[in-house]
Amino acid sequence: MSGIAMPAPDAAILARAPQIVAALRAALPTDAVIWDPEETRAYECDALTAYRCPPLAVVLPRTTAEVAAAMRICHDLRVPVVPRGAGTSLAGGALPTADCVIIATLRLRDVLKIDTQNRFIRVQTGVTNLSVSAELEAHGFFYAPDPSSQLACTIAGNIAMNSGGAHCLKYGVTTNNLMGATVVLPTGEVVELGGPEMGPAGLDLLGLLCGSEGQLGIVTEATLRILPRPEGARPVLIGFDDPEVAGECVARIIRSGVLPVAIEYMDDVCLRAVESFARAGYPDCAAVLIVEVEGSPAEIDHQIARIREIAGALNPVEFRESRNADEAMAIWKGRKSAFGAMGRLGDYICLDGTVPVGQLPHTLKMIGELSRQHGLEVANVFHAGDGNMHPLILFDANTPGDLARAEAFGADILRLCVEVGGCLTGEHGVGIEKRDLMGSQYDAPDLDIQMAVKDVFDPRWLLNPAKVFPLEASRPWREGGAGR
Amino acid sequence: MILDHPSRAALNPASEAELAALIAQRFAARQPLRIAGGGTRVETGAVPGDVLSTAAIGGVVTYEPGEMTLIARAGTSLDDIEAMLAAEGQALAFEPADMRGLLGRNGTPTIGGVVAANASGPRRLLAGACRDHLLGVRFVDGQGRVLKNGGRVMKNVTGLDLGKLLCGAHGTLGVLTEVALKTLPHLPDRCTLGLHGVTVEEAVAIFSAALATPFEVSGAAFRDGSAWLRVEGLGPQMTYRRDRLLTLLKPRVAELLDDVSTLALWRELRDLAHFAGSDAPLWRVLVKPSDAPATVRALQALGGEASLDWGGGLVWYCGPGTAQAVRQVAPHATLVRRGGLAGPAFPPQAPAVARLSAGLRRVFDPAGILNPGLMDS
Repeated sequence: MSGIAMPAPDAAILARAPQIVAALRAALPTDAVIWDPEETRAYECDALTAYRCPPLAVVLPRTTAEVAAAMRICHDLRVPVVPRGAGTSLAGGALPTADCVIIATLRLRDVLKIDTQNRFIRVQTGVTNLSVSAELEAHGFFYAPDPSSQLACTIAGNIAMNSGGAHCLKYGVTTNNLMGATVVLPTGEVVELGGPEMGPAGLDLLGLLCGSEGQLGIVTEATLRILPRPEGARPVLIGFDDPEVAGECVARIIRSGVLPVAIEYMDDVCLRAVESFARAGYPDCAAVLIVEVEGSPAEIDHQIARIREIAGALNPVEFRESRNADEAMAIWKGRKSAFGAMGRLGDYICLDGTVPVGQLPHTLKMIGELSRQHGLEVANVFHAGDGNMHPLILFDANTPGDLARAEAFGADILRLCVEVGGCLTGEHGVGIEKRDLMGSQYDAPDLDIQMAVKDVFDPRWLLNPAKVFPLEASRPWREGGAGR
Repeated sequence: MILDHPSRAALNPASEAELAALIAQRFAARQPLRIAGGGTRVETGAVPGDVLSTAAIGGVVTYEPGEMTLIARAGTSLDDIEAMLAAEGQALAFEPADMRGLLGRNGTPTIGGVVAANASGPRRLLAGACRDHLLGVRFVDGQGRVLKNGGRVMKNVTGLDLGKLLCGAHGTLGVLTEVALKTLPHLPDRCTLGLHGVTVEEAVAIFSAALATPFEVSGAAFRDGSAWLRVEGLGPQMTYRRDRLLTLLKPRVAELLDDVSTLALWRELRDLAHFAGSDAPLWRVLVKPSDAPATVRALQALGGEASLDWGGGLVWYCGPGTAQAVRQVAPHATLVRRGGLAGPAFPPQAPAVARLSAGLRRVFDPAGILNPGLMDS
């Protein structure tokens, strides 16, 4: 383990492990409860792999009723619960503790209803993000949020983390596409929020739930807004000598009234890695933008002409249009392989701060300076249209102290994001990774009211405790909850 | 300033700090407050206490067109904001209504009031509601604490999203002092397709067909036997979308409205001009669009008129039906204009939702002094 601490497991709970497992087994199908250490090890971490800890047990329910039964037992026996989707969190959102039961949504795999007339799909939340759009393809619809882990990540995790993706500049993130949810509260009580109607009449509990990182409940079914598939989409690639000019280009495109579905940015470190890995044929320059627009062929031509005009005034080293599907795929190829390409350079941690778009050039410059100070290389690849940066800090996991140095560098970058008017996390969530940085974005009373809100849903503080909120700040709440 | 009750004091704090001090004092004394922005949007007449307006806490903090971001203090007038955005070719895409005609008010709508009401007009169908464009808030809670949540950037998942709770809470969880909103390009070209002599069943079928196309229909409303579809775009994009929809709906389309007429029509539809100038109770009903025809028929059977927005997802009913009768037909009905009807304006909630909502109110407003009773259901 490195710098981020978790509370010591509760010895009393560990001592009761056999009774806890027995209670779960009595209430659930035989294959739904895992406690053999050989098998629970598969759940010891999520995609923040530097942190690992096998849980006390894992529950794999197939229905809302089974999730509710497991939650009720954990509540009655006062056992912490860590909700888990596919375990792709980069922030440690699904990291277990030794005294917790994981309740995973993986086996909740049914598509319950596709209603194109009312434009929604109802699913169990263990379905993967990509499979939702795949189900809709034959109907001419799609589900908009498209996190880069979409092949593996589940709707439950997407809702818990309010996931985004490359196309949210136009279509918004999960919260903008979530219409309803079946939620199991920590007591095991089942609540319906929202539905196929547009918006609640009372308080927006669904909006509160989305992105709450498993702090308030476990979502077992969801009603998602679906959209008609666009007629077509085409990217252009624009290369620049100067990152600041690339940043200026982003702002000018947005001001022009053209609203692309995506504007992606890659810096020189990333471009070199991608070239040697994927041979995407990207220009050798300081920064590349990939801008994608949608519509009919004529609409696309018109929008690309506008973008060409805007970019042309800034003297790009290259402006590459895709004329067909193959060329479009070639433009996206490098971007989509960026994380894999970076992985070949060594270990990396992937950050997720957001800054105001106008602050991108300044932030990039400052990240470069921090990189020199910390003596670690950084690559930048991100969603430029909405300022959501993903600096990748390269380090060597086999060099003692290197991870800690990378984490310190990362914390400096995130504090920088907040200083220039942005935030700690745009789409990955706080989890454990940014938990103790929350004080740089929020004052104590701002955090206190968030914890008071969690307390309404989870008075015993059993659900994903010791995450999201700084450990010291949440201690009185967690200890108070234990007495209830 | 709204003052329909001469014995109430009118409180107009000029800053967030003054507001916080005032609420802290009322919290200590357990004295209720009737919170309003410009007082144009919600009937708060039954709420006890002195009237507290945020209209004097105004001014734009920043507007960055290249970032599609606006930060304004709560009391900033909506008109001023819309004019400032229009000068840069942008707009608040959720198209908040002007409720003055409908409710017989003459105040000045404020951006804080828009957010507190989650006010969202016809384009909600395509662009989302006010809450979907809200990036961050500053507010004063029921103890007088100045709090913030969210920020000014478009992607932000840092901690719990309390902005969503405040948006649509009508001041009952806290008094907004500053809001950050996403702005969007105001598409320069528009037109409207009109289909006349259609039944409500036909209208919803037409909406459903049009909204299943990728032509980004940005308005789908029905009143008085006419269905209206709005198409917007950038130059040739608009004409292309219009022509494709004309082909799809032919020979039903009887009228094509130009830019100027489109602006005028959708302003009327947005502001419910057809239900203004009356005192009859007005209900806002959220339904699954395919349920709209049956809902409309059942409401009309109670007497009065109904119209549709959001492709059938929103039914407006203006008529003499009793609260009990209306809610029997439409469980999600909210009373927007009382017209003499007593009782809760908001629809009943499932017990668990009601319990969680009450728990949240105790967190934000432990003494129950912020617009008490306004959101009772």
